[in-house]
Order: sequence, then structure tokens, then C-alpha cells
Amino acid sequence: MSRADTADLVDELLAGEHRALARVITKIENRSPGYRDLVSRLHAHTGGAEVIGVTGSPGAGKSTLVDKLAKTYRDAGLTVGVIAVDPSSPYTGGAVLGDRIRMASNVGDMDVFFRSMSARGQLGGLSTATADAIKALDAFGKDRIIVETVGAGQNEIDVVRTADTVAVLVQPGSGDDVQMLKAGILEIGDVFVVNKADMEGASRTVAELEEMIHLREDGTNVDAGHHGPDVLDDVAPAETRDAGSEEAWTPRVVETVATSGEGVDDLVGAFDDHYDYLESTGALEEKARTRYAEEIRQLLRSDAASLLEEELDRRGGMDELVSSVLDRETDPYTVADDVIRPLADCVRDRRD
Amino acid sequence: MSAGQEQRNIRCLVAKVGLDGHDRGAHVIARAFRDAGFEVVYSGLHRAPDEIVQAAVQEDVDVLGISILSGAHNTLVPKIVDGLKEYGAFEDTLILVGGIIPDDDKETLKGMGVAEVFGPGTSMNETIEFVRNNVPER
Repeated sequence: MSRADTADLVDELLAGEHRALARVITKIENRSPGYRDLVSRLHAHTGGAEVIGVTGSPGAGKSTLVDKLAKTYRDAGLTVGVIAVDPSSPYTGGAVLGDRIRMASNVGDMDVFFRSMSARGQLGGLSTATADAIKALDAFGKDRIIVETVGAGQNEIDVVRTADTVAVLVQPGSGDDVQMLKAGILEIGDVFVVNKADMEGASRTVAELEEMIHLREDGTNVDAGHHGPDVLDDVAPAETRDAGSEEAWTPRVVETVATSGEGVDDLVGAFDDHYDYLESTGALEEKARTRYAEEIRQLLRSDAASLLEEELDRRGGMDELVSSVLDRETDPYTVADDVIRPLADCVRDRRD
Repeated sequence: MSAGQEQRNIRCLVAKVGLDGHDRGAHVIARAFRDAGFEVVYSGLHRAPDEIVQAAVQEDVDVLGISILSGAHNTLVPKIVDGLKEYGAFEDTLILVGGIIPDDDKETLKGMGVAEVFGPGTSMNETIEFVRNNVPER
């Protein structure tokens, strides 16, 4: 894609053409040549949307709830973008993206831009391209962007890095109180949604969630000590995310029946409260800062990795290096030093 | 995986349009496309032509497969084609129709811009090969 094409596409997107928005997301998803230039140009136009993440186990009612949320926002005169991620096949890379079927309330309304995405092998509940696709919707001018994750298990928590407000859907009767003690997805909710609240056991699930939240509140002063290897250093748990500020956010529990729309207004109210809280405490900016820092780091890591791959190819490829390690002629540390040294020297020479 | 590496996947919309409620065929196709490595968006039953257009535009699909078993293809397909043209999405979308279509109508549909019509008994491989060979360059 030439620079002129990129500029045209960006102009069309900013002018509100749906086709251009759709095409931009495709280019982002495919990592097409020129997509980075595209995302760079969009950045200046972003920052206007509130991003809401919806996660929960398969069949919890995420898609149906997202449909009702979109409808509620539309009734309030807001425009909505939805990104719904479904899993891809580990064997063929193919996928059936079925979330769109539930979008019954917004039929024919082009101001709800709904896009299905395959996770394309990513395991955290979102695809690599999701964050950039959100930027495209944001630049297009959507007021609210809802991101629906892959049906999550206990640990698909990438959404917390991407969304301003995270809603975790819990089904009535989805386990006893010990489940609520577990780490992972139950730590990331700003709002917990007990969907299918007309089912038996809903009030008990609400009570268990509330107990979990109160236990956490009491326990947040405990110093966790040193972290393990894979902790989310960049994102603190919901209730401690801004321990510096005088008031911390207490996660809310909301009951909904997504099929009938019951409780959805309350849920939107809880999202608004959380967003107000983020704005008033400065946590919103703090989140954005962490997100951009993480994004820059990630880009640098992957660019540096490609540069190193190039360098490896130039030296005859990984296979040859591995063979000499196997034959005990050299060792992995020496190889790594040899490959990186010229790069490091070059960088240091350029400093002034 | 490096950030510079392109990873294009063929995206398809499998659409059920109009009043017919038979979606076994659409399910089988969706599954076969998935197993062929395509990304398949399934519309669900009883969709109106403008919903199909909305979905095809927003999802930016390479392939739109329309399943019609009701006999209303001569009414429904032109509406979809017109809608795609309105959004500038007609030129680079491969449109396929599956279902029970009389021979005379096949030619009419192809004249409108449908790339191929697949009737009963078409093998999955034939359809998948056709998609692979004819997916629009973008």
C-alpha cells in the first residue's frame, strides 16, 4: 500500500465512510504492509471513546448482553463500536465467528459498527490486533467501544490492558465460594454481572461475589512481597489500581437478564460511575500512560526481535548456530553475545 | 512472530436471507470453510437483505455466500447486490449463491454479479477450491 493510498484511506475513515473503517481494521488484522503508518496517522484522532471490556465464560451471555448495551447507548444518542473476538482453530487457523447472530436489537443501524475478529492463535482472550482496531473505531468517532473477549476460562485477562472498564459476567451457580477465592479473572472485574439473574441460585452468586469483594477490600493492605515471574506489574487489581488516591473503587455487582434487557440500565449506570471515578481520581490518565508505555515496549520488543532475526539469517540461520552449540564448540550465551554485540556497538556509537 | 509479517486470512460471510428456515447446509458450509482455514462469520437465520449488506460491509469479507432455499433468489439477491454497490463493497467481494436455483435463473444471477451458483450435490472441496482460486485481490 502506497503512502498516498494510506492517506486516502485515513481521510475516508475520518470522513465517516464505513467501508474505509472496515478496510482499515482488515489491514490492521492482517498486518498488511503499511498498517503501521495507518495506525500512526489515526493516533492523533483517538482519545474520545470510552472502552468497555466484557468477558466471562462461554455461554454466559456476553454477546446478548453486548447487543442490549449497544441498544441502550444508541437510545441515549451515542454511537457504538463493537469488537467481538472468537477463538481460532489451533489446527487450521480457521474460525467460526458467531457473535454477530446475537446482535438482533441493532439490525440495520449503521451507527453500531460491529466487527467480528478471530483470536488468530492468541491465548489471552483478545487478538494481537484488537488494541489497534479499537483505535480505528475511536478515530472514526465512536462514543462507546465495547470489546467482547473470547469465552474466557479462569485466566484470560488481556482485556484489562485494553479497556477502561472491565465487566466480568458470572453465571448463577457457577461454583461455590472457593471458586471466588481463586486468582485470575475474578480479580480484574470493575463490575461483576450476574447474568441470567432469573435462574435459580442467582442471589446466592451475588452474595458470594459481594463477599469476595469485601474480603479483598479488607485484605488489600497485606504486602504481597516479591512477585512471581508472570505477574501483571503494569496493571494492579481493580480495587488497588490507584492506591495513592484517597478513595478506591469498590467493584459493583449487577444482576441482568440479557435476553429481556432487565438490569441493563443499572449496568450502564455502573459503567458510568466507574468512568466518572477514573476521571475524577486521575486514574484514567494513569491507565492511558501505562497502556502507551506497554505498547511502546511491545513494539520495541517485536521490532528488535525482527532485527535480530535478520541478523541471524545473515549469519547462516539458527540451525547452524544450534549445531555448533550441540557440538560443544560454543554455548548459547556466547552466541547471543556475538549476535547482539555489533548492534549494541552501533547504538552506542550513535549516542551523543 | 515479527510485527512486519503479513497474515492474511480469507474472511467469509455465510448468510441466510429471507424466510426460509433451513440452515443445515449453511452450517455444513460454515464448518467446512472453518476447516479450510477461513474465518467465517455466520449471519443466523431470517436476515433481511440490508442486514446482510451491513454485515458484509462491516466485517469486510472477501466472500459472501448466500444460502437461499425458498425460491426468492430473484428478489433477494438484487437487493443485496445493490446494497453492496451503495457502500462501494460490490467490486471486491466474491458473491456466491447456494441453494436450489433453476438453470435459467443461474444465468440471470451471474449477470447481476454473482460469481457462481452451487446447487445440491456440490462437493465441499469444489466450493473451497473455487473460493481459493477466485478470492479478490485487494
